[in-house]
Amino acid sequence: MTTAPRRRSRGAVGVGHTRLPLGPAYAIMLALLYLPIVLLAVFSFNANTTLTFPLRGFTLSWYSAVFSDPALLGAARNSLVVGIAAATTATALGLAVTLAVLRFRFRGRRALLALAGAPLLVPFVVLGVALFLLFALLGVPRSLLTVAAGHSVVALPYASLILVARMIGLDPALEDAAMDLGASYPTTLRRVTVPLLGPSLLAAWLTSFIVSFDEVALANFLAGGSPTFPVFLYGQLRFAQQLPVLIAMAVLLMIGTVTLNLLVNRLRSQD
Amino acid sequence: MLGRRGTLRFLVGPAYLWLILLFVAPLLLAVAISFRPEVGPIRFGDPWQLSLAQYQAITASPSWLRLLGVSIVMAFTVAAVASILAYPIAYFLAFRARERASLFLVLLLIPFATSFLLRVMAWKLLLGSNGAINSFLIWIGLIHEPISLLLYSQAAVILTLIYVWIPFAALPIYASLQRIDRSHLEAAADLGSGPWTRFARVTVPLSLPGLLATFFMVFIPTVGEYVTPSLVGGTGGIMYGNLIQDFFTRAGNWPLGSALAVIMLLVTLALVAIALRVVDLRRLAT
Repeated sequence: MTTAPRRRSRGAVGVGHTRLPLGPAYAIMLALLYLPIVLLAVFSFNANTTLTFPLRGFTLSWYSAVFSDPALLGAARNSLVVGIAAATTATALGLAVTLAVLRFRFRGRRALLALAGAPLLVPFVVLGVALFLLFALLGVPRSLLTVAAGHSVVALPYASLILVARMIGLDPALEDAAMDLGASYPTTLRRVTVPLLGPSLLAAWLTSFIVSFDEVALANFLAGGSPTFPVFLYGQLRFAQQLPVLIAMAVLLMIGTVTLNLLVNRLRSQD
Repeated sequence: MLGRRGTLRFLVGPAYLWLILLFVAPLLLAVAISFRPEVGPIRFGDPWQLSLAQYQAITASPSWLRLLGVSIVMAFTVAAVASILAYPIAYFLAFRARERASLFLVLLLIPFATSFLLRVMAWKLLLGSNGAINSFLIWIGLIHEPISLLLYSQAAVILTLIYVWIPFAALPIYASLQRIDRSHLEAAADLGSGPWTRFARVTVPLSLPGLLATFFMVFIPTVGEYVTPSLVGGTGGIMYGNLIQDFFTRAGNWPLGSALAVIMLLVTLALVAIALRVVDLRRLAT
């Protein structure tokens, strides 16, 4: 979290000492950010099918209904599968790009880095229809595989960014030493570079997983008959029949993604 | 045993292949299809005919391009307001929170990590005529009829998206503020500049690349939005992305949808290129 050892300024030179009430402003902003989420969570325990005041009493029935809805559970499982596949692909490719760009000199080096970051510049609806056309014309049926392929592309910039940031701080002499001692380059990668990147690799994987797990605009074009959870939720939200159950499921999944994010934060702050 | 050259090929090959197959090729395919004359789906092997029919159709319906303009203005508003509101959050974390910074950062990460759809959904429920705000106000007796103006408007889309993007916008700004060398600020103070001058002449310029990157990380996904407008926008809040989506799903007119998507891509890239001329984003990497 901290960068260079920070010189704590004192007295009149107070850096960041404005008289503006930044602390209270931060608290108000956070309260506003939390309010809608907390409200949803409250309604997921409310014994009423519509989300209206007054509250009708506490119930866990929406949460138990989650576990008896095969379509809901299936969609959540699909998201898990897609997330794992997309994150693994994006992290592997991100690692390859990072190693190539920072440890080799070759023609097209800058082009590769730019290309790996370029998906950030394309609105999802554009990439979504473009991939939709590609799979339609190639005759590839839309499935979890096509969603995972799309997600691996949009997660790649995030994975690459995290790994490049870490790799820049690694001394190449460590790898040179391994090779001087007789290790082949692939062995050096496996035994020296990858372990040194360890926490960042996990952070890149988890970030890619979260990007995929929450993504709906792209997946909506590519999912076909097997929706991921966001696609399923998006489809159901417009014709809300069993809203509290959906919200209960979303709250459960939220706990999972929040935990993963905190883990990423912890991993990256160790670098 | 792989030599160094062989290793490089092994590293670069799959990455290039993957990105060309799943990123470059589909975008070029959309460009190619936008120059076809058909009005409907297309099959592999259909005879190729170069035509400007789709672009002519688009220029003949000014309402579509106007919708692109509206979407750009909406995305600009969302990105600007979210970045500006996120700036004090990031500033507080970077300069004022001190040893509690990691705790406050975690507090910010929780809304950040909450599902995008869930947060959009929360606003739909808050603003709806049977929603939490209206039913709460009726319950406490402040109003007797639900206020129907809250939901299904352009304002609802903008408000919801600003809300969704604030935590996301705060993180890169925080990173750029953290990278500011504190000795620059002390030097400015030693040379006699007051807190506002230091903020305006040192902090803001040094965080500008981060601010601009944040702006575009919000702007680009927002300009292509179709999910949020379809949930909280109603007919008055639709965006250009809804148009594109419609031509691929309900209307099933792929060439026209492709042409609309190509126009959006070109406009987005042009805006990014202009911004890059103004601020050198490569400074972010250092």
